[in-house]
Amino acid sequence: MTMRWTDQKVEEIVADILRAGVVLAATVVAVGGLIYLVHHGHAPADYRVFHGEPSELRGVAGIVRFALHGGGRGLIQLGLLLLIATPVVRVAFSIVGFAAEKDRMYVAFTTVVLMVLLFSLFGYQYLPG
Amino acid sequence: MNVLEFTGLVWIGSFVAGLLGSLTGLGGGVVLVPLLTIAFHVDIRYAIGASLVSVIATSSGAAAAYVREGFSNIRIGMFLEIATTIGALLGAFLAAKVSAATIAVVFGLVLIYSAFLARRPRHPGDLLHQPDRLGTLLKMNGSFPTPEGQRSYFVGGVPSGFGLMFGAGALSGLLGIGSGAVKVLAMDQAMKIPFKVSTTTSNFMIGVTAAASAGVYLTRGYIDPGLAMPVMLGVLAGSVVGARILVNAETRILRLVFSAVIVALGIEMLYKGLAGRI
Repeated sequence: MTMRWTDQKVEEIVADILRAGVVLAATVVAVGGLIYLVHHGHAPADYRVFHGEPSELRGVAGIVRFALHGGGRGLIQLGLLLLIATPVVRVAFSIVGFAAEKDRMYVAFTTVVLMVLLFSLFGYQYLPG
Repeated sequence: MNVLEFTGLVWIGSFVAGLLGSLTGLGGGVVLVPLLTIAFHVDIRYAIGASLVSVIATSSGAAAAYVREGFSNIRIGMFLEIATTIGALLGAFLAAKVSAATIAVVFGLVLIYSAFLARRPRHPGDLLHQPDRLGTLLKMNGSFPTPEGQRSYFVGGVPSGFGLMFGAGALSGLLGIGSGAVKVLAMDQAMKIPFKVSTTTSNFMIGVTAAASAGVYLTRGYIDPGLAMPVMLGVLAGSVVGARILVNAETRILRLVFSAVIVALGIEMLYKGLAGRI
């Protein structure tokens, strides 16, 4: 049986990626949230003043390392990272889909979009200023 | 207020925002930032970070449902995402350079404008009858299902649509909203794409656009797990419930009420920004 790569087929896989990503991210965030509330539920909440997050909750590598310690805040941040990654995976998959359809123009367009997304996640921190 | 109470109240507020946004089709993201800053006294940068995350969640969830129906046009979406993602990067970059008061003023104006757009009657049917050269070259023409079978359409106005999309992306990155209203304006009005195709494709693009600025916000430390957790889970639950209940119900009054709330929040944000009390 040969697999036919049609627009419809690509879009159905895209829909599955999106749904799975959101469900997975929400589950990780919810579990992290429970741990966070159990440990910090009675601490005072104050978001009036902006401090910025500590460095381990910022970069991709830092978040993954921090989440593996099992802390609530780290797990929530990992779930949020999964959520942000969902559209990125979707775009990456679209490149595969367009390539299979031999649509070089849209492979190029989609690659540009993927580069912008990857720059935002991994490259921005290296910008001066 | 301790963390438990704060989390519970923010979850309820976000749930209601997601529910109303989904029922009225106006999107919940636009009221989240004013809700968090005005009612919960959250710093606007944290509020925008949390809102962006919830926008990705609802957009991805809704897009998953829409793509199966065959309305969204993946090529139009992907081409225009070049504009929205670069715009979003610029917007997120600007968010660090301008003051909180400036962001509040821009936010207020966008809120009032979105409510105005939502109140304006729509003129469907203003479609192209001839193929446009650029739209055809970019393989954007398509078709969508109607009760009378597949209906094909031509896409035009690519340069102006692309420009508007860049603006929509910049607003999304600056304010942490989906800016679906501007996206639909670009596709519906400038590019003459049928309304149903515009709205579903726009929804598809919102998640990718928001992801482009969310990376910058995350790197910069604007996304706080304790705040983003109840906001994301609340909005997501609200929009899922909203999509399931009373699809046939009279949403006209609900839209009217929600538009009024958006205008009121817009005026409040404008005032706070101008008075420097943000």
